[in-house]
Amino acid sequence: MASLTLKVNGRQVTADVDPRTLLVDFLRQNLALTGTHVGCDTSQCGACAVLLDGRAIKACTALALSCDGSEVTTIEGLAPGEELHPMQAAFREHHALQCGFCTPGMIIAGVDLATRHGPKLDEATIRRGLEGNICRCTGYHNIVRAIAAGAAAMGGVKQAAE
Amino acid sequence: MNAQGIGASVKRKEDLRFITGKGQYVDDINRPGQAYAVFVRSPHAHAILKGVDISAAKSAPGVLGVFTGADLAKDKVGNLICGWMIHSKDGTPMKAGPHPALAQGKVRYVGDHVAVVIAETLAQAKDAAELVAVDYDVQPAVVDLNTAQAPGQPQIHAEAPNNTVYQWHLGDKAAVDAAFAKAAHITKLDIVNNRLVPNAMEPRAAIGEYDRGQDAFTLYTTSQNPHVARLVLSAFIGIAPEHKLRVIAPDVGGGFGSKIFIYAEETVCVWAARKVGRPVKWTAERSEAFLADAHGRDHVTTAELAVDAQGKILALRAKTKANLGAYLSTFASSVPTYLYAPLLSGQYQIPAIYCEVDGVYTTTTPVDAYRGAGRPEATFVVERLIEVAARQTGRDPAEFRRQNFIKSFPYQTPVIMTYDAGNYEASLDKALEMADYKGFAQRKAASAAKGKLRGIGFSAYIEACGIAPSKAVGSLGAGVGLWESAEVRVNPIGTVEVLTGSHSHGQGHETTFAQVVSSKLGIPIEQVSIVHGDTDKVQMGMGTYGSRSGAVGASAIVKAADKVIAKGKRVAAACMEVPEDTVDFENGEFSARGTNKKMTFGEVALQAYIAHKFDSEKIEPGLKEGSFYDPKNFTFPSGVHIAEVEIDVETGRTRIDRWTAVDDFGVLINPMIVEGQVHGGIAQGVGQALLEGAVYSETGQLVTASYMDYGMPRADDLPSFNVAMTNTPCPSNPLGVKGCGEAGAIAAPAALINAITNALGHEDIAMPATPQTVWRAIQKMPRKAAE
Repeated sequence: MASLTLKVNGRQVTADVDPRTLLVDFLRQNLALTGTHVGCDTSQCGACAVLLDGRAIKACTALALSCDGSEVTTIEGLAPGEELHPMQAAFREHHALQCGFCTPGMIIAGVDLATRHGPKLDEATIRRGLEGNICRCTGYHNIVRAIAAGAAAMGGVKQAAE
Repeated sequence: MNAQGIGASVKRKEDLRFITGKGQYVDDINRPGQAYAVFVRSPHAHAILKGVDISAAKSAPGVLGVFTGADLAKDKVGNLICGWMIHSKDGTPMKAGPHPALAQGKVRYVGDHVAVVIAETLAQAKDAAELVAVDYDVQPAVVDLNTAQAPGQPQIHAEAPNNTVYQWHLGDKAAVDAAFAKAAHITKLDIVNNRLVPNAMEPRAAIGEYDRGQDAFTLYTTSQNPHVARLVLSAFIGIAPEHKLRVIAPDVGGGFGSKIFIYAEETVCVWAARKVGRPVKWTAERSEAFLADAHGRDHVTTAELAVDAQGKILALRAKTKANLGAYLSTFASSVPTYLYAPLLSGQYQIPAIYCEVDGVYTTTTPVDAYRGAGRPEATFVVERLIEVAARQTGRDPAEFRRQNFIKSFPYQTPVIMTYDAGNYEASLDKALEMADYKGFAQRKAASAAKGKLRGIGFSAYIEACGIAPSKAVGSLGAGVGLWESAEVRVNPIGTVEVLTGSHSHGQGHETTFAQVVSSKLGIPIEQVSIVHGDTDKVQMGMGTYGSRSGAVGASAIVKAADKVIAKGKRVAAACMEVPEDTVDFENGEFSARGTNKKMTFGEVALQAYIAHKFDSEKIEPGLKEGSFYDPKNFTFPSGVHIAEVEIDVETGRTRIDRWTAVDDFGVLINPMIVEGQVHGGIAQGVGQALLEGAVYSETGQLVTASYMDYGMPRADDLPSFNVAMTNTPCPSNPLGVKGCGEAGAIAAPAALINAITNALGHEDIAMPATPQTVWRAIQKMPRKAAE
């Protein structure tokens, strides 16, 4: 067992973990944050995406210990309180989810795309940028629209604060 | 129109928990004291089990129990079932071998279940599973569908000589032969409908639990139909009587058919919970899902179309071998028979049709229903024959179809189905306009100038869904009725719970069913809760598949709501002191004709429960009504999809330039949700035609058993879709709804292959038309066309 200290959704967490523990299992089992999902075993599907120090990673391919000292944001921590993050709201507004299983990872990927490319995302950029996220339900059509809208709304919020 | 009622694109109520990570999928659930199950699976496609030595595993750290098929047999646990009897041409019943939840005597596919190890932690269970020593007497695999029935092949099941489960047929052979004899033109195609793995994003999972104090079981399972699971586990597998077995299907992350079936894993988990005295949890890993989830499609067909000199279709015939895999899964027998051949008329007037289907065992994963279940296979046969026949006879593919469309309804096809309503020309015309068919030649020239090949392809599909009228399917061999149930429970303050036998695993029922109630009862959807997925809460229901939840599930809700209104009128009449037959109900209000007396729905509900103002001998207190709705007919969604592609000759890569879909689903409850179903269905159809394919090696190893090897469609494989709807209301249910969940997957493959072959100037190409396949085809293309 080894000691792990990190911030998860703004809260300091300390635990003793088996060094083999994947970040996704630490989140789901140790912290009962089951919003991050496991959909595959080859790191392709993206259902496990979380933000590590502000950038999207796949929690299924990160050892929990490798995140020691870092800040992890999961889908549960995207928005404080009861107000939705603009990307979450956009997904609902544009019917960008059906069964919901890929959705947390998609939302995280959308947030990451906006962080990396700014508030104006075109269709080609979004579709290419989602190569690490698989959805079986929606055919991506509405996800693309939601991410474009969510990114624009994220940009809007930033501008209002300036 | 009610802004929240039928026809409104209301945003989904259920989204909140999914977008905030608060969904409750089975793997999210943890039961106190739970232990973890790992299955030992056969690495061989075909082997005799000489012995299973569990001694080392049993004494490994943390292990609570190790069980094999012998343990199930000792406890008299029944086998997994196939619930649809098919008879062969000679009248004999299908020949099926037993399907035990843990193998007995033989293993028959890579992934077949040999033993289960249950331990305190998952890691301990995995480590112990590796200690189970199995003595396999390896036999030759039987993998090739084309040769599996040949004499001399290894027999997979003793009960099925020549690995043949049935030899079935439908239609009039003599009439078809006569028509072909006088045909001016015959088009013949050899068609492979490639095997697919459904791959819902949530892997299957189960938690079995036994309560000693109640002597009762609970099973959490990723199921599309928890009541059917309970029925099968009780009546056939014998885990416990139904009233002692609660089945809960909470949030389920997609199904597409693969979560209809009752599998070995949940059976073993619920049985083993009592053996080890602890809850037993199992979650599939993705590679495990590839091996153990039922696969889809896998037909080999020779099909022919007979046409006269004027371009009128005379007859269609098809001979199909359908791969059923190593065991018959729950609905497997019906998919390549009654869900396939009755759709071979397509949208066309075809006077004579004859279809033969052999159901064949191979040493591969069992095959069963997957989105479309038989109808994609039928549509592919029909729409490829039609398109190729048009090209061969120099006819425009749209006009050739139009000429042969069914134009008056009802229309009795030669293959059981009576189509009730439709307007195929309207869909075609709208699709041609939306796709800018007229501008295609110009776009093709522009692509050629850039060295690219552009093609266009049609798919005019029809399907039979809204499964199904019970007596009709019973007469065809179904072991169950396919009605649906609903209870509309009005609470004293006028809010409503609807207990539905349907299950939502992405379809948005918490919203659409609330919309139906809102329309019927005139109350806001915020006052309506939809309850599903728990056999303790909800009366018996048949679940969600076959695009039935709108046509059948919502119709049951309508019937129950009608009963609520009828009783409400009686209560209102008593309260308003007017005769019962003078009370009207509209927009949430009961009014007494000829007076200004009225009561809101909520006021009547309260009075129904207070029971002060009416004679309880004449009117029972309370306001709660149920309905079991049995559909009168299948429903027949139809439409036209047009795919336009651009192929890069250097790489063989196909880019879908535009996709047009015009679908007739009758009345739409929520157009936004319907479009979403079309998008998702098209994506799966494109996946089949362009990217996906489950491939077995000669020795029966599944070579495509992860997302590294199996080509799931990603966002940049697909375009945005141009989707429109026409509406010829369904006459056979109270809502006029046809259903929309599978149509995209049914229509899309033919449209795409027709487009790609059009671009290449070739008659045919295999699915999936991967870049490699297309590139090789281009190399074979005559130099002239490639320039």
